[in-house]
Amino acid sequence: MGNVGAKEVPVLLSPEGLRIDGRRLDELRPIRLQVGALHNADGSAFVEWGQNKVMAAVYGPREVHPRHLQQSNKAVIQCKYNMAAFAVDERKRPGLDRRSQEISKVIGEAFESVVFAEEYPRTSIDIYIEVLQANAGTRCAGLVAASLALADAGIPMVDLLPAVAVGKVAGKIALDLKKEEDNFGEADLPIALVPQSGRLVLLQMEGHMTEEELSQALELGVQGCREIYEKMKAALRERYATGPMGGSA
Amino acid sequence: MKPGPGTYRTGGRVYASVLGLLSERPPLVQVIPLSGRYIPKPNDTVIGTVTDVQGTFWLLDIGAPRWAPLHMTGTPWQIDVGETERFLRVGDSVVVQVENLDPTGRIGVTMNGEGLGKLEGGTIVAITPARVPRVVGRNGSMVETIRQYTGAQVAVGQNGRVWVGGTPEAIHRVSEVLRIIEENAQHSGLTERIESYLKSSESAGERGPETPPEEHAHRDAPPRTLESAEPDEETLTVEDDSNEPTEPGER
Repeated sequence: MGNVGAKEVPVLLSPEGLRIDGRRLDELRPIRLQVGALHNADGSAFVEWGQNKVMAAVYGPREVHPRHLQQSNKAVIQCKYNMAAFAVDERKRPGLDRRSQEISKVIGEAFESVVFAEEYPRTSIDIYIEVLQANAGTRCAGLVAASLALADAGIPMVDLLPAVAVGKVAGKIALDLKKEEDNFGEADLPIALVPQSGRLVLLQMEGHMTEEELSQALELGVQGCREIYEKMKAALRERYATGPMGGSA
Repeated sequence: MKPGPGTYRTGGRVYASVLGLLSERPPLVQVIPLSGRYIPKPNDTVIGTVTDVQGTFWLLDIGAPRWAPLHMTGTPWQIDVGETERFLRVGDSVVVQVENLDPTGRIGVTMNGEGLGKLEGGTIVAITPARVPRVVGRNGSMVETIRQYTGAQVAVGQNGRVWVGGTPEAIHRVSEVLRIIEENAQHSGLTERIESYLKSSESAGERGPETPPEEHAHRDAPPRTLESAEPDEETLTVEDDSNEPTEPGER
């Protein structure tokens, strides 16, 4: 093959049907979920998902700032997604950009449909998502982290929100794209599922798919979400497990 | 069974809405939260910090979803309108009692009552409100043990704020103990373990077990009878969330 330049399209799918990192088409990257990673937040979680590292913190329900956003019949959900300048190879310009605004909006709206916000009128539930290292799929990793952080903060919700991206790689539908597959693949489709009802509360798509491929992708995505859902529940149980007594006592 | 707090019903089934422990006391199914902000209840004695001063009232942060207004008529002091700041400033801490809650989430508090008033000196340590019954112990046994062995003055607010007064060393030891309790809240026999911890750290250290509490650096005697033993204390430790009633929506 010789020298593979950075701009050249890598081989995304081997003849044996394995992906660039050796995964099968329906296989997730390794996921580690840690609930309660921060001390000062009401709830928090740290997610390592493939080469993504994402921290989420939840504060509230608390007083609304700025005041005029207050709603007399329910809590407002304010979500802020941010990617660190050092999260990607080429330094990202820090601060708000159109991408982070969009992601903040779609994640916030996903949570608006599962949180019982009416229980806390005139308050705010603030969600902060910080991407420390990015390798495609950070909005899904952020959503999973935020969902665990909300549960850790004791916020009443319909259910946890597992999320995953499905895509089209070398003509095949594949679960949980990594960076190279996202960059050189044909389509990317992040979804978030409410396992209790089977509803999708986040659905975006970039690229092209046929109708058939889309329904195949959704099916694969829902299956991936259910797998992540089990891991999320396990992570919450682990936080409050009755193991041997720790501390210095 | 009726769906109680921490649950919701849909499609003929009951699901948990918060992370917590299942409690089935017919006719009620409920989930007791393991975490979360302080949810005020009438007659709770809580420790708050002034966040804003207005002409006739102060706003207190009591760790609840909303700030609680303390009206000047709710204090033992004779105050003229506009003179509120002479009595309490932003950052001051007080012990107040929750009087009433209205459906919009407004929290009414009062400082009229025994053991209520401004806190002087000492330190406030925040713990998770769900852990308050553990810190108090059965009939106040845990907090009494801590007082005895450290010589510190300790007042526990139902909102998870703990006021600690005494020598800097005593305050340090109490915050250390509170941290241990918080990390091990799900274990049984905690009071005994804390007692042996305090004993052992003492032999290595400075002071005897029966040192009387020192009166220190505050004019008003601080309240020492805030805590009310919660009946739920031990039952919290026996149940596990793995046997929740719910299927898909459970956690």
